[in-house]
Amino acid sequence: MEALIALAIGTLTGCGVYLVLRARSFPVVLGLTLLSYAVNLFLLASGRLVIGQPPVIGMAASHADALPQALVLTAIVIGFAMTAFVIMLSLRARAELGNDHVDGKDEGGAPR
Amino acid sequence: MNLHLPILPILAPFLAGVLLLALPDLPMPLRRRIAVLSASIQIAIAAALLAAVGGGEILVYRLGDWPAPWGIVLVADRLAAWMVLITTLLALFAVIYAGDGLDRRGRHFHVLFQMQMFGLAGAFLTGDLFNLFVFFETLLIASYGLLLHGGGRDRVRAGLHYVVLNLIGSTVFLFAAGLIYASLGSLNLADIATRAAQVAPENLGLARAGGLLLLAVFALKAALLPLSLWLPAAYAHTSAPVAALFAIMTKVGAYAILRVDTLVFAGAAGALADLFTPWLLPLALATLSFGMLGALAAQNLRRLAAWLVVASVGTLLTAFSLGTEGIAAGLYYLPHGSIAAALLFLLAESFARRRPVSADFFTPDRDMPHHALWGGLFFASAVAIAGLPPLPGFVGKFLLLRATHEHPAQMWIWGVILLAALVGVIALARAGSRLLFSVTTVDPGAPSPRATAIDTRPEDPPDPPSGARELVAILGLFGLLVALAVAAGPAVDFARATAAQLGARAPYIHAVLGDQP
Repeated sequence: MEALIALAIGTLTGCGVYLVLRARSFPVVLGLTLLSYAVNLFLLASGRLVIGQPPVIGMAASHADALPQALVLTAIVIGFAMTAFVIMLSLRARAELGNDHVDGKDEGGAPR
Repeated sequence: MNLHLPILPILAPFLAGVLLLALPDLPMPLRRRIAVLSASIQIAIAAALLAAVGGGEILVYRLGDWPAPWGIVLVADRLAAWMVLITTLLALFAVIYAGDGLDRRGRHFHVLFQMQMFGLAGAFLTGDLFNLFVFFETLLIASYGLLLHGGGRDRVRAGLHYVVLNLIGSTVFLFAAGLIYASLGSLNLADIATRAAQVAPENLGLARAGGLLLLAVFALKAALLPLSLWLPAAYAHTSAPVAALFAIMTKVGAYAILRVDTLVFAGAAGALADLFTPWLLPLALATLSFGMLGALAAQNLRRLAAWLVVASVGTLLTAFSLGTEGIAAGLYYLPHGSIAAALLFLLAESFARRRPVSADFFTPDRDMPHHALWGGLFFASAVAIAGLPPLPGFVGKFLLLRATHEHPAQMWIWGVILLAALVGVIALARAGSRLLFSVTTVDPGAPSPRATAIDTRPEDPPDPPSGARELVAILGLFGLLVALAVAAGPAVDFARATAAQLGARAPYIHAVLGDQP
């Protein structure tokens, strides 16, 4: 399970970094979304991966750490709000600058 | 009253913001009055907090009365109270200046401004790493709204870069928090500090990676060199009062670096000791040089001010990397750097309003009305920001240079700081002579191509200068600098006491965690 989770986080992060470095705003937004998925999984794994244990100390021989889930919940809410904001901002930039390049420039170079 | 004092700086702007949001139909003069009143109340609270912790007490506020490290704590020590006081003072004059017409260009300027203050106060007072992340996000989302306030092509483009970069920064912050939690098992700063000394060998790599990722995030916020390229465009294209308030935003990053460096990765932290130290000084000196070169190349006053913000972060972090004496010098320099930068942003806007053709660009324009007054104000501010005597920048840099005594890199620090000061003087002198002395009689009806191509003027019609609020804000900020110079003795004593408090971790840890083993 550790390998699967690690692979998933690594793939998401790699794709996210690649997309964030693209020149148009839509892939950048997608990249930010993938990065936030990756970090959510990562936070979940930061309490160590355990299966079938209660999240309460003293009920069983070992216990699952409940705190990372609270952290992930907070991170999801904040990430959701930020993604909504950056989508609106990209649309606004598309309207104001006349194209969807993050630098506001088409391949020709001059801002339109 | 004293019991709840540490949370009041966070609650006051929050309640004012909610009040303004809940009453959208209030007339603008009343909204402005509420905003100024709220800023004044925040100053009073911050002063009370500073008085309460000035003797060396560390006030701990346990939210919901859960004992640390299980609950979330707010911690007010000298450093936190000092930062809150500086922020509130800056905010008062920024909000007064915004009352000159900027706040009419969007519906929620004052709401966003109060929420920004809420996030700033929270970031300074929290004693918990994840809570710090939450307050960072609060102040960032308010700052996105403020940065874009008023709209316009260049502002939106600079804003998009700023938002995307900060979202990546937030992701890295979460990775860092996850690593710290996975390796040290806590997110409470005092608890991390005690656990860092006895970290298990198999977790050492994770903890180091987490710590250095944290440094990267804070460096992005503070605009430390490889991560400072976003700042000039973002600050130069936003409106003046917002840029003035943002002068403190880079200091949040510097504060976080200082707090984590002295508390968690201090010399007593065993295998994790001095994690930040090898990076801080070279990067800070590079930032200072780079900022001054940018200032020399700037084409308008706003961009010059933005580059000087980068340079002032470089100076500040140079000071923070020099041990207790250096931290004291930095804490005295910090309000000066923020206030002087804010002053220059406000002056740039006032110049732009009075120069119909080239705004704040260094190209000739018609003679400004009251040019003696504005020229005098520019001269006085330039003297302040360049760090010439008798204003406090000089005292701060003098203390900094003295703190390098017997430091192995002393020659480098002296060389970079003194050369940077010279370059700063040249850049400011060039700006002043171009802005004030090169006067033409061109037709004001035909704006120069540069001013329309680069500046935000077309979407941002200048308000008719009323003068009164502008002058109150600018003279008020200048008065703060003079006060800081006059009260240099007590202020330096306070900065030394603060640095000494940061150097001794045990009282902080004891105040937060109590008598636990």
